[in-house]
Amino acid sequence: MPSFGLGHLWFLLIAAGWTIALSAIAFLGGGVLGFFIALARISESRLLRGLSGAYVQLVQGTPLLILLFLIYFGLAIIGLDQLPALIAAGAGLTIYSSGFLAEIWRGCLQSVPKTQWEAAECLAMTRWQRLTRVILPQAMRIATAPTVGFLVQIVKNTSLASVVGFVELSQAGKLINNSTFQPFAVFLTVAALYFLICYPLSAWSRGLERRLNVGRR
Amino acid sequence: MSAVVKLTDVHKSFGPLKVLNGVSFEVGRGEVVAMIGQSGSGKSTALRCINALEKIEQGSIEVCGHAIHGEKLDKRALRLDVGIVFQSYNLFPHLTAEQNIMLAPTCVKGIGRREARELARDCLNRVGLADKAGHYPEQLSGGQQQRVAIARSLAMQPKVMLFDEVTSALDPQLTGEVLRVMEDLARGGMTMILVTHEMGFARKVATHVIYMRQGKVWEVLPGHRLNDPDTPELREFIGSDL
Repeated sequence: MPSFGLGHLWFLLIAAGWTIALSAIAFLGGGVLGFFIALARISESRLLRGLSGAYVQLVQGTPLLILLFLIYFGLAIIGLDQLPALIAAGAGLTIYSSGFLAEIWRGCLQSVPKTQWEAAECLAMTRWQRLTRVILPQAMRIATAPTVGFLVQIVKNTSLASVVGFVELSQAGKLINNSTFQPFAVFLTVAALYFLICYPLSAWSRGLERRLNVGRR
Repeated sequence: MSAVVKLTDVHKSFGPLKVLNGVSFEVGRGEVVAMIGQSGSGKSTALRCINALEKIEQGSIEVCGHAIHGEKLDKRALRLDVGIVFQSYNLFPHLTAEQNIMLAPTCVKGIGRREARELARDCLNRVGLADKAGHYPEQLSGGQQQRVAIARSLAMQPKVMLFDEVTSALDPQLTGEVLRVMEDLARGGMTMILVTHEMGFARKVATHVIYMRQGKVWEVLPGHRLNDPDTPELREFIGSDL
């Protein structure tokens, strides 16, 4: 039986690269989707508010695991060719993060006082101008810390992508452990790699929070 | 003289609470009208109705040719003619004083940045804050913030200015500097409607004073006669102020 060595470590590092790639896809995809859903959540149209609210409830109420199963196996059954693992995992994580980011950002948008909307409205600005020139710059300040905090959740949740056969950090660890049977060495290394990815993010998030609380509001 | 602002039998409720109960008055060009009265008498609501921030249920409001009560009201066109200043300033905290003033002229009227900056300097000058252009709102005192808010509104060159208790959050000294700016505006011929608790200012500057009580216009009198009202209610209200 081979023992855990440099070759394995290299394999884990490459898998960690895939974890980062998958996190980036989920964050960017979920960010774009979530942004528009957050806007729909504060829209003047009752229909848009209702639909986006239902979407958020649905996504937040579904385990990510089930979401991944649905996309990977479900779409194959209704006739679409089985999706490549990266696409399926990316799509599942995108949907998942869009539901949470939309809700985080809705809160941030709504925490900007109503009087700011009103002041901009009284200067004859359109709703879009009010949003982009007055509300968003203030909401983004508030949103940075919780958004970066959520990024950590995304990184850790990419481990679930292993269920659709995607070889990211966790799956790579499992594969190596199957051949070496040195769970402590293997999974402690895996955990350390996750920590190396997540720690800078949470440190950054804490830093942002401190700065924004003390500094200009 | 044709009225710039004309309210006719305006009614407005918040749920079961009747706030405006048949309010009518007119404001002519260049006039300064001060609305006074107890809290809850409907004066702020009447002011907000003039700018279509509140919907009215009955009656009509005409402002610079815009029918506020109408179905086809173009709110943006209305807001180009009417400026409003709030009690809580409502400056944009992420922008400097100058940027606060430049924002609407550039994005609403499409004025170039260079010209907008000059306009901002000019407006800051008029409120005596030329040296604060680069300051953020939180670096300014309440009185200075309120003057920037007035400058921001002025930069849109409105035909009517509304002031909603603009000095209520300020101490007497800061109140004085804001009132001086408003007095200059009035002398410059600006049509102004202000909700205020500053009786001295109303007496000195207002063409007319409107005393609101229980959602109605209780008494209208020239500013200089504020010491000598006709109704006992206003006499009592003034008396309680001294």
